[in-house]
Amino acid sequence: MAKTLFEKIWDTHAVADTAGGSTLIAIDRIFLHERTGAAALARMAEKGRKVRDPARVFAVMDHIVDTRLGRGDGTLMPGGEGFITETRAACRLADITLFDVNDRDQGIVHVISPEQGVVLPGCTLVAPDSHTCTQGAFGALAWGIGSSEAEHAMVTGTLRLERPKTIRVRFDGPLAKGVTPKDMILALIARHGAGGGAGHVVEFAGEAVRALDMEGRMTLCNMTTEFSAMSGMIAPDEKTFGYLAGRPYAPATFDEPYWASLRSDEGARFDREIAIDAGSIAPMVSWGTSPEHTIAITDAVPEGPKRAHDYIGLVAGTALKGTPIDAAFIGSCTNSRISDLRRAAAILKDRHISPEIRKALVVPGSLGVKRQAESEGLDAIFEAAGFEWRMSGCSLCFYAGGEGFPEGSRVISSTNRNFEGRQGPGIRTHIASPETVAASAIAGAIADPREYAREEPPA
Amino acid sequence: MSEFPQPLAGIAAPLHVERLADNVDTDAIIPSREMRSTGRTGLADGLFAPWRYRNADARESNPDFVLNRPEYCNAQILVAGRNFGCGSSREHAVWALAEYGFRAVLAESFAPIFRGNCIRNFILPVALPREVLESLAAEAVEIDLAAQVVLHQGQAYRFEIDAEAKRMLAEGLDAIDLTLTQGNAIDEWTRADRIERPWIYLEPVQ
Repeated sequence: MAKTLFEKIWDTHAVADTAGGSTLIAIDRIFLHERTGAAALARMAEKGRKVRDPARVFAVMDHIVDTRLGRGDGTLMPGGEGFITETRAACRLADITLFDVNDRDQGIVHVISPEQGVVLPGCTLVAPDSHTCTQGAFGALAWGIGSSEAEHAMVTGTLRLERPKTIRVRFDGPLAKGVTPKDMILALIARHGAGGGAGHVVEFAGEAVRALDMEGRMTLCNMTTEFSAMSGMIAPDEKTFGYLAGRPYAPATFDEPYWASLRSDEGARFDREIAIDAGSIAPMVSWGTSPEHTIAITDAVPEGPKRAHDYIGLVAGTALKGTPIDAAFIGSCTNSRISDLRRAAAILKDRHISPEIRKALVVPGSLGVKRQAESEGLDAIFEAAGFEWRMSGCSLCFYAGGEGFPEGSRVISSTNRNFEGRQGPGIRTHIASPETVAASAIAGAIADPREYAREEPPA
Repeated sequence: MSEFPQPLAGIAAPLHVERLADNVDTDAIIPSREMRSTGRTGLADGLFAPWRYRNADARESNPDFVLNRPEYCNAQILVAGRNFGCGSSREHAVWALAEYGFRAVLAESFAPIFRGNCIRNFILPVALPREVLESLAAEAVEIDLAAQVVLHQGQAYRFEIDAEAKRMLAEGLDAIDLTLTQGNAIDEWTRADRIERPWIYLEPVQ
């Protein structure tokens, strides 16, 4: 019988049925971070429970770590250091591989897992982090869980799951010039709602998806959690295998028949199908306090929930383009990889951000990305333009009580969440692509990146 | 925290703005800056901090916020709109709700990670149509998990919950202990899988 990619991975990992009618699904890879992972490890220690296979559990320091140059364990967040030192001690006790604060390969979990070849096509991978779905870009079933489920996965090597439904989202035809994967996922959420994928796993397909490089595919899958889907995934192809082959934790080659089988069969049935004309998508910017409050840069703010308008300070009918901003942020597991930085730098080269901008940060997704960017001179471009160049981490994707944006700031941000208070109390966030952030920082107001595009970024 | 009380009766506190709030995210339920230690406790004070306090740092109460009104001070049941608990996977959101005293959330729909976290912490997530939720808001209701109904003024509103989640809630079962009863099946599967997919296994850390 014809099967979807999801069904193949599910069937490969089904260990047993439970008495209650769910399925024990084997978990191949587990990631922890110092924010929620420490809680899981502490609880396990309390209960005398052991990690079943520590070689397949990894931990990172990304959520709380300081991103200022010369950092140590200390953080601007009160009490932050405790998360770091406790996680380190717990990982050592449990024999878990840790990418520590200043390790060569430190970075955001969903940036370094692929860099290290930890995620593999066809594997199951979980982390107590909602954006774990990013890694579905490699044809894995990767999803975010809570701390209790992380304990369950570590102790038993499985999770108890109800089988989710499936949606295929096809982006037909090519993207228009100046439109990015960030705009694709924002367009999907804007059209189908922040709860539109609940209960489902999404498979992304279609010409515009196949055309994306691996970093673009990660951006697309990253925000399926903002669609309330369990995960997003893309069938692996030569780009996927080429990206992973030979990385530290990946096989040297992908020549087993298993790898080639990882695609939805002709005629496989999905519970739902969504088709989007890729060419109809424009650069997208959020206007409100949910990712579904997102419009094309050329559109006016629509009528939405009163509270969203009140918080963001924009009434219906206002043009988003030209709305003054106070700060700019390039980073996060959505858009902090080398190609993101190259495209933003191409716009910023030989330009300067507006004097109205009070804070502008570039936070590379990993120290590996940082080194690569520096070897290409991108750091110099960002700094000359007026951006601060940082160490890797989640940084101001969320406000943890330490570093923040200036009070009352309106921020243009390459992150994934525009929730009330997400980037700090009273901070108003507009999420968009790195190009839109760069263009807006130059303009001092929300800007259309296509008006700032120049030559193609270097390959 | 233990098994879900049967039945659970009390006032249903409506998370209102101008209507039942949609897309209530876990950053609103417990902001990152309110998660001050690696433990699971000490979180109730930060629950809904951005809305509950006029000034969260000074803990200056916002008298307009629903949970600050006297009629809801002991509320165990919360009512909201669609996609409740979206955003960050932080289980702290559920721990904060539980520590505050909530035992059930009635909403039009739930974000999946939040819903799973509820079950693991014996908080009952009940999905009901919007018009029903609106009729229950601010009312005294009773939730009967065994019968899968919410009772209000002689009406019984049925809700769906999978058999396993229902049993875990009703009996206060620990998922890990339950799964370990199938430890032999897991071991057997792993032995076969090591032959089938050797590449998925990694060498122990030295």
